[in-house]
Amino acid sequence: MKHVLEFERPIVHLKEKIAELKEITKDSEIDLDNEIKTLERKLACLEDDVYGHLKPWERVQVARHPERPTTLDYIKYLFTDFMEFHGDRRFGDDAAIVTGIAFYKDRPVTIIGHQRGKNTKENIRRNFGMPHPEGYRKALRHMKQAEKFNRPVICFIDTKGADPGKGSEERGQSEAIARNLMEMGGLKVPIICIVIGEGGSGGALALGVGDKIYMLENSTYSVISPEGAAALLWKDANLAQRAAETMKITAHDLKELAVIDEIIPEPKGGAHRHIEEQAKAIDQVIESSLKELQSLSVEELLEKRWEKYKTIGDYDIKED
Amino acid sequence: MLKDIFGKKKRYATIPGEQAKQDIPEGLMIKCQSCHKIYYRKEMHKNLGVCPNCDFHHQLNAWERIDSLFDEGTFVEWDKNLISNNPLGFPGYEEKLEKDRKKTGLNEGVVTGTGLIEGERVAFSVMDAGFRMGSMGSVVGEKIARAIERAREEALPYIIFTASGGARMQEGVLSLMQMSKTSIALKRHSEAGNLIISVMTHPTTGGVTASFASLGDYNFAEPRALIGFAGRRIIEQTTRERLPDDFQTAEFLLKHGQLDQVIHRHQMKQTLGTLLKLHRKGASQL
Ligand SMILES: [Zn+2]
Repeated sequence: MKHVLEFERPIVHLKEKIAELKEITKDSEIDLDNEIKTLERKLACLEDDVYGHLKPWERVQVARHPERPTTLDYIKYLFTDFMEFHGDRRFGDDAAIVTGIAFYKDRPVTIIGHQRGKNTKENIRRNFGMPHPEGYRKALRHMKQAEKFNRPVICFIDTKGADPGKGSEERGQSEAIARNLMEMGGLKVPIICIVIGEGGSGGALALGVGDKIYMLENSTYSVISPEGAAALLWKDANLAQRAAETMKITAHDLKELAVIDEIIPEPKGGAHRHIEEQAKAIDQVIESSLKELQSLSVEELLEKRWEKYKTIGDYDIKED
Repeated sequence: MLKDIFGKKKRYATIPGEQAKQDIPEGLMIKCQSCHKIYYRKEMHKNLGVCPNCDFHHQLNAWERIDSLFDEGTFVEWDKNLISNNPLGFPGYEEKLEKDRKKTGLNEGVVTGTGLIEGERVAFSVMDAGFRMGSMGSVVGEKIARAIERAREEALPYIIFTASGGARMQEGVLSLMQMSKTSIALKRHSEAGNLIISVMTHPTTGGVTASFASLGDYNFAEPRALIGFAGRRIIEQTTRERLPDDFQTAEFLLKHGQLDQVIHRHQMKQTLGTLLKLHRKGASQL
């Protein structure tokens, strides 16, 4: 494990201890088999305990793990013949969003996803996965093309949020996001959205209107980052941990609030521990949801999509 | 960011204590927020909140806006009784809602309904920045979505006046999802060939700008209104870019091609009336 999160330290310690004992027994006559077995049992319990009960803030850490798989990582496992296409035809090409087509099993699909970097250089090139308006417009161009060729759209959501900057405001960041929400609401092909890391506010939502919304177990989806919420609500960004709990941003919270369809389980310790296993779990929901959605007529599909969003919210009716 | 917009400036309908100290009879006089000239409240009101000296457009509350636009006695309110719950169990939220209900006389931060503008029937929504900074929670999203749906069913033009600090933090992701709800409603309305007009007033920011406020067939704004996606301070902190003085004003957006027109409040009713007549059903078949 290259990158150790704070709450994982006890596990790492124990693993090191076991490795040490194994090293000793290798070069000597001492028999430590029993001790090792005991420690290994203890490790299994500890892992179950820690990873089985992650607190919201710990999930935020996993969602932001530097080795967490990105859109391009999953594409390799889930699709074949992936071809990436560039540009919004108006201003530029935004590397914070990747778009393309590929085969999903035997059928062509359009793939759109936020793309972070895994090192500083790539992160700078991809603006840390925070799209500019041209990124959203590139995405929309490909959604419209998917509609023309009757291809389902699969969106991977993984962003801290849309780019906040002078250029983004000048080029209409608001309009770009709004337009995607509107057009995705009426797109005549199935849309499947999967939150794979951070789902940050409008910048995430602009790829997130669909017929099925899934979240990986340790991903988050929120109106504002925990740090931002803490700064705004309590004037102290250090209270992010508390904000992560108050703001209800985990996959379980969103399932409970009836915003998402299902939670996709992650391998013990997070998606980065076993990307192949994670891809398999994602594959299952894509397959089942495509099967379900393809049986619907366009009218049924759009009516169901509207019904889905129409019912999100919590309010009361006051008696006069 | 929200505090930046709302904290410093009081709405013109209230008299800050500081002025009272200067021997101005409370409630009778008001001071222009821009040039600080003092006017009779009645005079400013008759001028629709526009400063006679410097032309500054002060915020209007929802009913002042309705009075300024609709033919007298024609406006009928919809869904007045929808009220917010506390879906996240957010500490202190109910108290804040109650306080703003008392302060504004509204149940929530948007008023929706139908009426006549220059004789043309429309479905209408107007946000009130005095209620929780005009932020969008479940009720705001629901009322707007219902108004749009009703507009679609009755084939009415839909007009929305926005004034909002963005998302309602206390409703978390449910607030975010109102952006998609309202945008899909607009898509359905639009697909049926109906008109959508958005007028952004001071301030329109965040998730409201990034949804229905930007989705009109025509997007307008009032002079000098603050309109933007990200807060100025956040942009300065993250990018360290120098921002022009007129950054995120209506005029800045017009210059960058993001608006159809900036419309003076005194011309608003007439302009909307003409635009509605130009889109009257069947008008192009005559
Ligand atoms: Zn003035």
